[in-house]
Amino acid sequence: MTAHRTGRSVLTNASRRGFIAGASAGAFVLAVGLPRFARAQDKKFGADGMPNGWRDDPRIFIAIDSEGVVTVTCHRSEMGQGARTSVAMVVADELDADWDKVRVSQAWADEERFGNQDTDGSRSLRHNFMPLRRAGAAARTMLEMAAAQRWNVPVASVVALDHGVLHAASGQRLEYGELAQAAAGMPIPDPAQIRLKDPRAFRYIGKDNVGLVDNFDITTGRAVYGIDARVDGMLYAVIARPPVFGGKVASYDAAEAEKVPDVVKVIKLDAPAIPSEFAPLGGVAVIARNSWAAIRGREKLRISWDDGPNAAYSSDSYRAELTQAVRAPGKVVRREGDVDGALSRADRRVQAEYYIPHLAQSAMEPPAALVRIVDGAAEAWACTQAPQVTRARLASNLGLPLEKVKVNVTLLGGGFGRKSKPDFVIEAGLCSKAMDGVPVKLVWTREDDLHHGYYHTVSVQRLEAGLDSQGKPVAWLHRAAEPTIGSTFAPDPKHALPFELGMGLVNLPFAIPNIRVENPEAAAHVRIGWYRAVSNVPHAFAVQSFVAELAHAAGRDPRDYLLEIIGPDRLIDPTALGDVWNHGEDPRLYPIDTGRLRRVIAAAAEGIGWGRPLDKGRGLGIAGHYSFVTYVAAAVEVEVNDRGRLAIPRIDIAIDCGPVVNPERIRSQMEGAAIMGAGLASSAEISFKNGRAEQNNFDTYELTRMDSAPRDIRVHIIRSDDYARPLGGVGEPGLPPVAPAIANAVFAATGKRIRQLPIRDQLSA
Amino acid sequence: MVQLLVNGAKYQYDGDQDMPLLWYLRDVLGLTGTKFGCGIAACGACTIHLDGIAVRACQTPVSAAEGLPVTTIEGLSPGGDHPVQVAWRTLNVSQCGYCQPGQIMQAAALLKESPNPSDDDIDTAMSGNLCRCGTYPRIRAAIKQAARGGRP
Repeated sequence: MTAHRTGRSVLTNASRRGFIAGASAGAFVLAVGLPRFARAQDKKFGADGMPNGWRDDPRIFIAIDSEGVVTVTCHRSEMGQGARTSVAMVVADELDADWDKVRVSQAWADEERFGNQDTDGSRSLRHNFMPLRRAGAAARTMLEMAAAQRWNVPVASVVALDHGVLHAASGQRLEYGELAQAAAGMPIPDPAQIRLKDPRAFRYIGKDNVGLVDNFDITTGRAVYGIDARVDGMLYAVIARPPVFGGKVASYDAAEAEKVPDVVKVIKLDAPAIPSEFAPLGGVAVIARNSWAAIRGREKLRISWDDGPNAAYSSDSYRAELTQAVRAPGKVVRREGDVDGALSRADRRVQAEYYIPHLAQSAMEPPAALVRIVDGAAEAWACTQAPQVTRARLASNLGLPLEKVKVNVTLLGGGFGRKSKPDFVIEAGLCSKAMDGVPVKLVWTREDDLHHGYYHTVSVQRLEAGLDSQGKPVAWLHRAAEPTIGSTFAPDPKHALPFELGMGLVNLPFAIPNIRVENPEAAAHVRIGWYRAVSNVPHAFAVQSFVAELAHAAGRDPRDYLLEIIGPDRLIDPTALGDVWNHGEDPRLYPIDTGRLRRVIAAAAEGIGWGRPLDKGRGLGIAGHYSFVTYVAAAVEVEVNDRGRLAIPRIDIAIDCGPVVNPERIRSQMEGAAIMGAGLASSAEISFKNGRAEQNNFDTYELTRMDSAPRDIRVHIIRSDDYARPLGGVGEPGLPPVAPAIANAVFAATGKRIRQLPIRDQLSA
Repeated sequence: MVQLLVNGAKYQYDGDQDMPLLWYLRDVLGLTGTKFGCGIAACGACTIHLDGIAVRACQTPVSAAEGLPVTTIEGLSPGGDHPVQVAWRTLNVSQCGYCQPGQIMQAAALLKESPNPSDDDIDTAMSGNLCRCGTYPRIRAAIKQAARGGRP
C-alpha cells in the first residue's frame, strides 16, 4: 500500500465520522476543543477501538467490471456465521446492485488496507455495517457522477437504480458495466455528497431473499478450506506435541519413522517459553509426501517427554481446589450495598455451587495451514480468524519483515475461537523453513485438536442469596473461580480480566439492593482460550440456574421470578455495575436495556407455550442473557424417560440484536447455538489426568448428533427497523442461555437440579 | 498396484495399499471435497459412495476399493444438481459447510435406499455425520424436501 493511500485512510476515518448515525458522531465533533470531553475520547470504542480500525473507501471493497459483475471484497473470515454473504448484502444494497451479478472475493491479511480483520467478538457487522454502507453508497455516487458526465447533465438529475443509472428527464439509462471504467476515475465523493439509502428502500438488508454466496461451492465440494489448500510440490506434516502443556522433548528416536515410505524428514521443534501466547508447543514434526505417511511416521516416533510443571494437573483435584477457593472470600470485583448484613437479616438463605468443565471448540475442520517460502518471502493459506495476527506472528517466527509475508484467508471449517490463535500456521511455516521453503501443509488430527487445545476455561461458581419473607432476593453473593485467558498471554495471572468479568459475571442487570461479586484465585495449567461466547457460557449457566433455584425456594414461577429479578424497564450504564468493558462498546450507545432483556425472555416463553400442560417426564425451562450487546433468551422443553435418558425435543430462542441485516443467518446462528448448547449441556467435556487430556476423538468428546439434537428449534427475532440504532452481535450470544434453560427444564421435569455439566448420566441415578 | 475408478475416471496407485481412500482422494488425486474430521469413522465428514454404498473413506483402505466405483461429492452429479444438493442450497443448510459434502453423500445414499424416509430413518442414517455448527434441523428438512422432489 502506498503512503498516499495510508494517509488518505486516516483522513477518511476522521472526516467521515460525521456519517456515523446516532449520538457518538455528534459527541466527537463537539469534543473538539472541549476539554471536559477529552477524557472520554481517550478511550475508543467499537470499531475505533480495534487495531487498525475500519475503512470505508469504496476502492478497497468494490470492483465492477465491464460486464457489470460486482466483486465485493470481504475482509472478515467466513466460518459459518455468514460474513461473506452479509458483507456483500450490505454493499450491494447501498450500491443498488443486482444480487445475481454480485461476487465475493476474500481479503488477504492486510489491516493497513482493510482495517481490522479479527473475526471474533461477534462484531463483523456491528463494526462494519456503517463503513460498508458508506463504501457502497460512495461507489453508487461515483457511478452516478460518471453517468452525469457522460450525458453532460447535473449529478443531481440522475439516479442509480437496479444496476444502472437513469436520467429520468431524458429516459436514458446506462448499466453499471458500461459506467465502471469511467466511475473508477471519479474522485471519491465528499462525504457530504454521499446519501445513504433510506432503510425503507433496502433490497437485501433485513430481507430474507438472499442465499449463501458459497452455497454452490460447498454443496459440490469445490469450497476451499485451509486443509484443502494445494500448491505444486507440496509436502504434508503432522507434529507430535508434548502431551502436557509446558512439557518438552527430552529425547527422541526417528529411525523407524524415517523408514516409513514417503516420509521425507523428521525435525525437532523447540518448546516455547511459558506463557506461550500463540507460539507452537514444540515437539517432533514428521514431513512426508502425503498426510497418511506423515501420520504413520508419527506413530513410529519414539519420544521421551519431559512433562514439565503441569504434569500433576488433574481435573478431579483441580475441581476440589476451585471449590475450596469459592468457599472463602476472594477479590471483590463488584460491590453494592451490604451483602453480609442483608444475608444475616434474610428470611432465608439459598446457596449452590456449579461446575462447568473445560471444553474444546473442535471445529469440524481441524487446524491446518499451508506455507511456502520463496526468495525470502513467505506465503500462507490458512483458515484463520485473525489474519493480521497470523501474518505478524508468522513473520516474527520466520525472521521475515511483515511485508514479506502474505496470508491468504481460506474458508474456515468452523472456528468458534480456536482459529483466532495462529500457532498452527506458524508450525506450517517452521516446517517449510526446515525444508528450505518447500510448501508444507501442516494438519492437526482430531487427537491433536483435543489434546493440545486452547481450552474453554473450567470453573466452579458459588452463589448465595438472601430472600425476604416474600421470597424476594435482598442479597446476592457470587464467587467465580476460573483460570483466565490472560494466563495464555502473561505470566501467572490468577484473576479474570475485565473482559471476562464483563461476560455475565459483574454486569448482571438485576434489581437486587445488595450485590457482591468475587473472583478468587485460579491458576491455569493448560492454554486457556476463547470458545464461542467465552466466559458468558459458565456465568450464564450458574446465574440463570441459580435464579431458577431461587424461584423454586420462593415457590414462584421461574419465568415470572426471572422477570422480577431483572426488574422494571430501565437503561443501565454498565460501568456502574463494575463492567468497564461492555464488549468493547461505548456505554452511552450501548447501555444495558432491561426492557429488551425482559422482552426476549417473554418472547421465548410465549413461543414455547410457557405454562401449558405437559406429559409426565416433560418440563420447560427458561434463561435469558445479555452478551455481545445483544439480548437472547432460550426456552426449552425436555423429556426425561424412566431410565433417566434426556431428550430435548424443542427449543425456542428469542433474540434482540438491534437492527437486522441478515435474518436468515440470524436464525441459522440461533439454531446452531441451540445445538451447541445442547451438546455442552448434555455430553461434552474435556478433562485432564496427569496433565493429559482424557478425550481423544469424537468417540469420547461427545457432541450433539442428529438423533440427539432438538428437532424443533424456533427462532424469534425481536426486530428493530431503526437502522440508526447500533447493531448487536449474532454469532455468539445465542449460546449462553441454552445450557441453563436445559438444566432448568430438567428440574421442572424431574425435580433433579443439575449443578454440574455435562448432564451425561446424572439423571439415571 | 491397485486399479481405481473414481467419479468415472480410471487410476492406478502403487503406493501404500493400506492408505485410507480419504488421503488418496485428497492428497494424491486432489479431490478435496471429501473431508478429514476424525480419522476413526466417528464424524462422517469423509463419506463417499463405494459401489453405491455410503462408506467412511478414512476407514476404507485403497485396496478395498479395487475394481469398485468410487463416487465423491465432486462426482455426485455432473452439474451439482442432485436433488439433495439443490435442496441443501434452497434451504441454506450450510453454515461453515465443512461437513456438508459428507452429509450430502450420506443423505443421497439414504434417499436411494429409502426414497421417503421417516424422521427415525433420518436419525438412523444421519447420526454418524457430525455437524459442529448445528445444521441438523435444516439437514432433516432438506432431506425431506429432496424426497418430495424439491417441493417445499
